[in-house]
Amino acid sequence: MAIAKVLGIETEYGIAGGPDLDPITASSIIVNAYAQQGRTRINWDFHGETPELDARGLPGLTSFAPIVETHLANTVLTNGARLYVDHAHPEYSSPECRSPLEATLFDVAGEEVMRRALVVANENLEPEHAITLYKNNSDGKGNSYGTHENYLVSRDVDFTNVIRAMVPHFVSRQIVVGAGKVGAETDYGHDADPAFQLSQRAEFFEEVVGLETTLKRPIINTRDEPHSDAERFRRLHVIIGDANLSQVATFVKLGSTALLLAALEDEGPEGFPSPPRHPVRAVRAYSLDPSLRAVEICEDNRWRSAWDFQDELWEIASTYAKKTGGEAVGDEEEVSLVLREWREMLDGVRDDLDAVADRVDWVAKQRIVNGIQERHGLNAHDAKLRAIDLQYHDLRPEKSLAQRVGLKTLLRVDEVREAVHNPPRTTRAYFRGRCVARYPDQIAAANWDSVVFDLGEGPLQRVPMMDPLRGTAALTEDLLEVSSTANELLRALDR
Amino acid sequence: MAEQERIQKQRTERDADTTHDVNVDATKGDQLKAELDDLLDEIDEVLEENAEEFVRNYVQKGGE
Repeated sequence: MAIAKVLGIETEYGIAGGPDLDPITASSIIVNAYAQQGRTRINWDFHGETPELDARGLPGLTSFAPIVETHLANTVLTNGARLYVDHAHPEYSSPECRSPLEATLFDVAGEEVMRRALVVANENLEPEHAITLYKNNSDGKGNSYGTHENYLVSRDVDFTNVIRAMVPHFVSRQIVVGAGKVGAETDYGHDADPAFQLSQRAEFFEEVVGLETTLKRPIINTRDEPHSDAERFRRLHVIIGDANLSQVATFVKLGSTALLLAALEDEGPEGFPSPPRHPVRAVRAYSLDPSLRAVEICEDNRWRSAWDFQDELWEIASTYAKKTGGEAVGDEEEVSLVLREWREMLDGVRDDLDAVADRVDWVAKQRIVNGIQERHGLNAHDAKLRAIDLQYHDLRPEKSLAQRVGLKTLLRVDEVREAVHNPPRTTRAYFRGRCVARYPDQIAAANWDSVVFDLGEGPLQRVPMMDPLRGTAALTEDLLEVSSTANELLRALDR
Repeated sequence: MAEQERIQKQRTERDADTTHDVNVDATKGDQLKAELDDLLDEIDEVLEENAEEFVRNYVQKGGE
């Protein structure tokens, strides 16, 4: 039986402006602006961070371990998320969620957190130093930053099977969840000189499997840092995704991937389509072809388009859901919504783009890029078209183009507002978030798998949370309610 | 707005004149076109004025 697909998204936001035009300064201003609003002052705890561990065992000689920066602004929010400066970007890592819709909610709440931080930060800056934020993945000049998904996977699944089963999905899902890009920005991309691509990220991928995330980006990232009981769990760290502005796209990206991982856990990799012989070439070639006609030779000697892959993968997910109910991913209603939206997007991108311009980010973006190009008779490389691309992702309501193109929503505004402050009730994020809200002065630090209390006297006390499905509202709400101080809470936990 | 009204009016007239064989797809096409035109008007309004400078100044450090 597949384990619950606990999941979440980390997003590095693009950032411009600031007092000295230094992105690290500007990112710190954003994180501190939010923290200083009294919403959180609690530091992240780096205990247990091991980004250098490789799921394949010994790291390859060409793999360099990521560096953990510990001196930059880094906080835990009352909704269980982490808000911090990663390299030169402000990053929001959503709390752990129990279903794709919940994870979409907390991803969208992250946009709202950033928007609020932006308002507070800019109130204290001269207008000419105002900061702007973008939920995108590249600057159009060859620099990319990530939107990473995380999925809880059973340790029993052999990692080679994860690679075998998931490469087809990761190279092809961009046809429904790609965010779209005007032009190209790498040597490879420049050679092809496309007017428009499906994905922000595809052309930055250079390896099939690897540990790195910033250089030689791999389609399958092997970082083996489960942030939980390593005997039982893996955390699949998916770095090949675009930041979506469409809520439906985020939902389908998470839901489709989670369903396929659950199917892999229960049924093994045999039923999955044969992977392309050259996955890196495939992911780039598919991105470069919005007509969706590009085909790639696969290990079974068949040629497949990205659409062919997605069609086969949808069948696997759909059959699996029929057989099991898909409860590892979500309740029946939610799983059928994933399958329905995924199917409609697939059929739409092939047969009727207008029908899915309200859900597929690249279609929505391409529609306005083409429209403006035609209206003003512009060259395909006109700066105005690149400006549309960039401004699609602008977080400011008065500038955002994504907010104007008529994207369908799945979430109510009041739900999002709630999720800015309150954690999901379904995972250990509940305990983390509620502790941060209730006992801010008695928490020394927190991270994904523990909360560290400082009771004023005696040693610091760490409460481990090695199972993402413990620490839920069902298990801890009553206890938290009756404990008015952390001392009381810890005494009750001890019993 | 005037464009929108004109299209609305055209559609009303055509619908009234046609008693059978209404071309649903053409009507839908007109509607999509009108919606896109309105959207492009709005985008022209909010798009950064100096696109060239805006795009040139957006330089990021890599992340992840």
